[in-house]
Amino acid sequence: MLEPRIIEKLKQIVGPDNIATERQDLLCYGYDATQMEFLPDVVLHPANAEEVSQVLKLANAEKIHVFPRGAGSGFTGGALPKGGGIVLVTTRMNRIIRIDTENLVAEVEPGVVTEQFQLEVEKLGLFYPPDPASLKFSTLGGNVAENAGGPRCVKYGVTRDFVMGLEVVLPTGEIIRTGGETYKGVVGYDLTRLICGSEGTLGVITRIIFKLLPLPEAKKTMLTIFDSIDGAARAVSTIIGNKIIPTTLEFMDYSTLLCVEKRFNLGIPESGRAVLIIEVDGDRELIEKQAARIQGLVKPLGLVECKVAKDAAESEALWKVRRLVSPSLRDVNPDKFNEDIVVPRSKVPDVIRSIDKIQQKYDIPIVNFGHAGDGNIHVNVMIDKAVPGMEEKAHKAIGEVFQAALDLNGTMSGEHGVGLAKQPYIHLELKGAQLSAMQAIKRALDPNNILNPGKMFPVE
Amino acid sequence: MDPLKRVEKDLKKCVKCGACRANCPAFSAYQREPAVARGKVALAQHLLVKDIELDDQTYLTMSKCLLCGSCVEKCPNEVPTDEIVIAAREALAEQRGLTTFHRAVGRVIRNRKLMNMGAAMAAIMGPLFFRRVPANSGLRLRFPLPFVGGKRHVPSLAGKPFLSRHPEVIQGEPGKPRIIYFVGCMTNFVYTEVGEAALALFRHLGCTVIIPRDQQCCGLPGMSGGDLATVRELAEKNLAVLEKFEADYVMTACATCGGALHKLYPAVVGKKHPELLKRLQAMAEKTIDAAVLLQKLGFNPEETAGGEAMTITYHDPCHLRNRAITRQPRELLKGAPGVQLVEMAGADKCCGLGGTFNVYHYDTSLRINAGKSEAIRCTGADAVVTGCPGCMMQLSDGLKQAGAGTRVMHTLEILARKLRQ
Ligand SMILES: Cc1cc2nc3c(=O)[nH]c(=O)nc-3n(C[C@H](O)[C@H](O)[C@H](O)COP(=O)(O)OP(=O)(O)OC[C@H]3O[C@@H](n4cnc5c(N)ncnc54)[C@H](O)[C@@H]3O)c2cc1C
Ligand code: SF4
Ligand code: SF4
Repeated sequence: MLEPRIIEKLKQIVGPDNIATERQDLLCYGYDATQMEFLPDVVLHPANAEEVSQVLKLANAEKIHVFPRGAGSGFTGGALPKGGGIVLVTTRMNRIIRIDTENLVAEVEPGVVTEQFQLEVEKLGLFYPPDPASLKFSTLGGNVAENAGGPRCVKYGVTRDFVMGLEVVLPTGEIIRTGGETYKGVVGYDLTRLICGSEGTLGVITRIIFKLLPLPEAKKTMLTIFDSIDGAARAVSTIIGNKIIPTTLEFMDYSTLLCVEKRFNLGIPESGRAVLIIEVDGDRELIEKQAARIQGLVKPLGLVECKVAKDAAESEALWKVRRLVSPSLRDVNPDKFNEDIVVPRSKVPDVIRSIDKIQQKYDIPIVNFGHAGDGNIHVNVMIDKAVPGMEEKAHKAIGEVFQAALDLNGTMSGEHGVGLAKQPYIHLELKGAQLSAMQAIKRALDPNNILNPGKMFPVE
Repeated sequence: MDPLKRVEKDLKKCVKCGACRANCPAFSAYQREPAVARGKVALAQHLLVKDIELDDQTYLTMSKCLLCGSCVEKCPNEVPTDEIVIAAREALAEQRGLTTFHRAVGRVIRNRKLMNMGAAMAAIMGPLFFRRVPANSGLRLRFPLPFVGGKRHVPSLAGKPFLSRHPEVIQGEPGKPRIIYFVGCMTNFVYTEVGEAALALFRHLGCTVIIPRDQQCCGLPGMSGGDLATVRELAEKNLAVLEKFEADYVMTACATCGGALHKLYPAVVGKKHPELLKRLQAMAEKTIDAAVLLQKLGFNPEETAGGEAMTITYHDPCHLRNRAITRQPRELLKGAPGVQLVEMAGADKCCGLGGTFNVYHYDTSLRINAGKSEAIRCTGADAVVTGCPGCMMQLSDGLKQAGAGTRVMHTLEILARKLRQ
């Protein structure tokens, strides 16, 4: 519980309409997509960097914990107020400040919803590629803080690759600018890249300067079905080996296909063992040529079927297969742990085989799909929390999945971050001086450990 | 039994992904998490395990829902938030009693006589009609309402209700379908021209049209306030009235009434009364929206529509959209001579009426509606057309406040233009 005098001060900073202290309201800011829940003491909706700064100064002086929050769509609990304190919601800061068509940059506030930004720049013939599946509701601030990625990242890169500069309020309340709006810039440390993916532990992002691209003229979608996971994996390396970088290379393994087919009856051939959805974009003529090349390249690799979309509606129909994955998973088991390991793309079949062994060892269904183009696999460990002992088994299995990825020179998470959910496993990946260096940075910027404490690193 | 128990399983389905933040009109108006489907589901989960109280704050949160069903259609996990909110409102009503306003609504919509006096609408849409009720009228005392606003534009009550204008059975040609017309209060008291258009169209097709005299309010205004007892009572009464007639279809030209007969009645009666449920389900199967029925009967708009050229835009009523009726009215309208259909941005977005939401949260309702008016204006259309008289009232209010001269019409009015000239 916060003292009334502190609540009073906070109220003065953000105004009476932008502070919530009623239990019913607090409950609604205590969860995210991990389904964990913690109760904050107060929820604030500040209007600008100045207010954020005043809140952090007060919190730092009084040693109150502050938890930045965007849309609360995170998969690892980054925004959750574990232990109580202030939830600082960024969604009132939701202006697109400017879109500069001459320099191809845009400046936005962190609460803008990803898709709204994309639609605005597309109106001007420009393009902001990062496309997390949550883009209709996640915030750009949350995307930067988690360094979100999506299917298009094979070709275009992740959120970080589009961030040129930031305005950040440090845990001690100072407002700083990092980077800028020039493509080049080598003065000082690259704090911009440090803040990207820092999960709200190093500062609150209050402005973002994004790089933009010209909007590609057209895109073409293909759905290819292979008779083995190796065929699909070789297709990925063959395409890229032949100097074609598709916009997306999404894959679904056999267990995923079974789920979707059972629920929705899409008519995927019996002999299909893996699906790749391949999309190319660019000039109309170029992509026709690329699509034809790709079809030629993948044919000898155990191709069972190849569907090519002729127009936007057909493309939508092909993508539907991918979209139906999530709803059909629940037929396997009601609860899931959704991990997102990454391995070098040629190692995808190896890691799928390791996961297969793990699922047999623990007798828990594991369904894999994801971004084959960059080796980022969504590993869905399907459990029923009501069955005693199953959750513990799942945690052990997840530990082994992470280890399998690391053994193949991969990483535990490509998109979702560490937050609370992956923290118990962080020692598998970050060791010794590497971990200490990171913790030293955190201590230097946040001496009182008030900003999003207990996230990413275990409490020291 | 705690009404929330009814939705216990549904409550577990929500994975808190937040996808509903993209589709919920209440959230886009308030921009606060308790207003979004996910927030209301979370609160309902806590209400069920009783670690929060059914108090004013809960009441306020649960009232911030238009029951539009947008969240349900797009939820990856098929969480029926609308039903969850109804259950929560029922729990609130059971424990705290109905609000004075909703008590008044219940009393009036259950009472046929009062309805015929035209007082029903005064009660349901109370504030809307108060401008026409003299300040010293007993009505004002009888229905003390929470909100009386001066800026609202209201349609006038019809001189003579639709139900009292026509015989109960209007014989058609032998061998042609027999249709019961479930009229609904808004058409009966306010937009009688919608009723006339419906009648003209189905008579044109040679159908026998039955307009049961004793039909009641569908009960939706009661449900908005959690007064499910009234809804159940009306479901039974209406069922008895409709069952008296032999017919192939029960036709509605009001999206809300259609939704009540089709989905709401079976849902609120539930498995506890298997006999009644069976009868209601049989009735639900016969229930059909006027536009869908016209298409089914092979209706050709060329014969009955027509007149001076006009451009129109179409608004999807929530209670048609959430029954997947979006294509049929558009196809009919496109086939109407002289009519050009231009789509507005966000045609499928709720207009903000939301049962009695509009009465309690008038300013928010207005804000939602303002976006709608703007989208309509941007099309440059002469008229906005829709399939629900409730939406018609809300759209008119919004457009007048925005100073736009756009007309508001029902799909059937466009289709019957030539017949009714
Ligand atoms: C259905 C679904 C699909 C998803 N698909 C993808 C996907 O394809 N790719 C992907 O990468 N992720 C995906 N995610 C995860 C999630 O949407 C992303 O991590 C997203 O970037 C989170 O944004 P948010 O606004 O919801 O942030 P929140 O969940 O509110 O917060 C996430 C983290 O960012 C911090 N934060 C938020 N705003 C700020 C700020 N202004 N300054 C500092 N820190 C801040 C928070 O403290 C927290 O640590 C998905 C989630 C869901 C539910
Ligand atoms: S109601 Fe549906 S869309 Fe909304 S958070 Fe729950 S599961 Fe997600
Ligand atoms: S029914 Fe409509 S208003 Fe209510 S929670 Fe769902 S989307 Fe929001």
